Amino acid sequence: MPDPRATVAAAASKALTRGLRVGGRSGGTALPGLVANRLDPRLLDKLAARLPAGVIVIAGTNGKTTTSRMLAGMLTGAGRHVVHNRSGSNLVRGISAAFAEQMPLFGRGSIDIGVIESDENAFPEVVARVQPRVVVLLNLFRDQLDRYGELETIAADWTPAIRSLPGDATVVVNADDPTLAALAKGAAAKLVTYGLDDDGYTLTALPHAADAATCRFCEARLEYRRLFLSHLGEFSCPQCGWRRPALQVSGSRIELRGVERIAMRVSAARLNQRTQAFDVEVGVGGLYNAYNALAATAAALALGVSSDIIAATLHDFQAAFGRLERVEFRGRALTLALAKNPVGFNELLRLLTASPRATPIVIGINDLDADGRDVSWLWDVDFEALGGEGQTGKVFAVGIRGSDLAVRLKYAGVGDERLDTAQAGKPLGAALDGIVEATHPGDDIFLLLTYTAMLELRRSLAERGAVSHFWEQ
Amino acid sequence: MELRIGWLYGHEMNIYGDRGNVMCLARRAEWRGIGAHVTTIGIGERFDPCAHDVLFWGGGQDREQIAVAADLSGPKGAALAGAIEDGMPILAVCGGFQLLGHYYRPHDRPELPGIGVLDVTSVAGDTRFIGNVVVDSPEFGVLVGFENHSARTFLGTGVSPLGVVRTGHGNNGQDGLEGARYRNAVGTYLHGSLLPKNPAVADWLIQTALSRRYGERELAPLNDAHERRAHDDVVARALALAH
Repeated sequence: MPDPRATVAAAASKALTRGLRVGGRSGGTALPGLVANRLDPRLLDKLAARLPAGVIVIAGTNGKTTTSRMLAGMLTGAGRHVVHNRSGSNLVRGISAAFAEQMPLFGRGSIDIGVIESDENAFPEVVARVQPRVVVLLNLFRDQLDRYGELETIAADWTPAIRSLPGDATVVVNADDPTLAALAKGAAAKLVTYGLDDDGYTLTALPHAADAATCRFCEARLEYRRLFLSHLGEFSCPQCGWRRPALQVSGSRIELRGVERIAMRVSAARLNQRTQAFDVEVGVGGLYNAYNALAATAAALALGVSSDIIAATLHDFQAAFGRLERVEFRGRALTLALAKNPVGFNELLRLLTASPRATPIVIGINDLDADGRDVSWLWDVDFEALGGEGQTGKVFAVGIRGSDLAVRLKYAGVGDERLDTAQAGKPLGAALDGIVEATHPGDDIFLLLTYTAMLELRRSLAERGAVSHFWEQ
Repeated sequence: MELRIGWLYGHEMNIYGDRGNVMCLARRAEWRGIGAHVTTIGIGERFDPCAHDVLFWGGGQDREQIAVAADLSGPKGAALAGAIEDGMPILAVCGGFQLLGHYYRPHDRPELPGIGVLDVTSVAGDTRFIGNVVVDSPEFGVLVGFENHSARTFLGTGVSPLGVVRTGHGNNGQDGLEGARYRNAVGTYLHGSLLPKNPAVADWLIQTALSRRYGERELAPLNDAHERRAHDDVVARALALAH
């Protein structure tokens, strides 16, 4: 049944998206969505309802873009036709614009399934609108307190959304995260738990950036048999006995191969009436990406995708925009990494400092709305890893708050002989030129950047002919 | 010489990067050849005033703040108040600042009692004050930080303000005042972390702590070039954003 209001809204959104792109405006997803939602506030609900295989919503502090790209790739590999907000615009208006752009004006064409990455604050509304068939809960870390508020607030907002899912929906949950494990416990939906089962990459103590890991039922401090990343691990409560739920999908025999690859054994128990184990190799590095790969795999298995297709997708997976993306620029090999919060930063530093490093590192800190205006969190990041033994490369402090970062790096033990603050506070294009001047052809330069710093740097690289604009990916 | 730093509720109340203050006290002592030791004082643990030379207390989430208020309702709170009356230097930020006062009154829950050593009271507000703050302090000069609080704190006659806000909201968004000063206690809403970019406050806390223990001390000057630049950048940034 044609719906004139939805048609007009979708048509306006499509036209605006195209117009902005031709005009060369960055990204071009927020405004079309804003206009579309004004014309038809229920546009997203209506578009989602047209999809016979339903919608998968992915939420969490870190890993949304990577996980949703992995999952969309697996579904495409399995012959599905996917609509997906793949540029990472994850508020309702951005999701609406992506759906309007990718779906035909009438009906659905061949598109049969949706993959949505959702912002943490938008998650309850997205769930209410699209009535997801599968929800994937990745992790909850401390992030941009001025924008998202406290962790407790997000967990409290998510609880009714998860409880509202019907019995035939599925919640894929990271069982290593105590907050999420507790949150999923009372759900009517089917649960699929995933987590790590590996002894090779454990932490000896909770990092400072982790919130106090207390039992959600009796407030006692949780104990960890194995701690993997921030507060994620095999936890148990010494007081009331609550523990990590049994894993249905687990990752073991993990091998981290630098910033480039991960190898892992996936074991799946009683999922779609099958118990199986298979080896995967993932085309991005870092333990956090082992979690992302496992989340996508668990969701894909729950949706009936075969292990062959999952393994092939992960093998060929390429980093999303600014997620360990590799760019060649004036003879330097740049690796771009988006770091939005202390846990993300810590994991990237863990990856970077795992072996001695003498090549330059650039860290860019902006304080615009999308970055979080408060940079206090720099003191929650364990930058001390950069001041450790074997770390001898130059560190460039750049971005609007580059001088704040320089103070933090000084405290982390990065001495003035290594700390370059000459580019701090400059526009990132100018900073990039300065960094090229101060480095050598053949240098392997790693860049850790907050969100708007990443956008600005990528734009500068694009202007200098080095990368494509992100919406063209 | 050594500096013993007591970190009140370092596990329970440590959001907004407040540990930078503890790192700052420790490193600015160490950079001068003074050994620094940090001990956290958690829920259920005894507070011994003789075991610390200077204290730090940060902000926390509601759930933790309620548990901390309960922990301080008995002799522990009295011992802490007594130490501060006695001249123990302390920096208390946000939640810690509120709990040094008489009470914090939320909208929808029972009043949270503080230890009452600062003559201040705090009540919940309807909007959140979020943003860069620049404060003129008669004692410490220009201070910079970042505020993020919904409580409104009002000073009684028993305390002085830490300073007057140039940009930002300060204690309550009405009287233009920020923080509170009483004996050697500093209460404030400034995160950032406060001390690394405002080394005058850090050095005053260290010097006061050492002088109490070892007799009058002067601190050797440090090279604060990075700190001065970051401080001045925040002043410029705050003014630019405010206009």
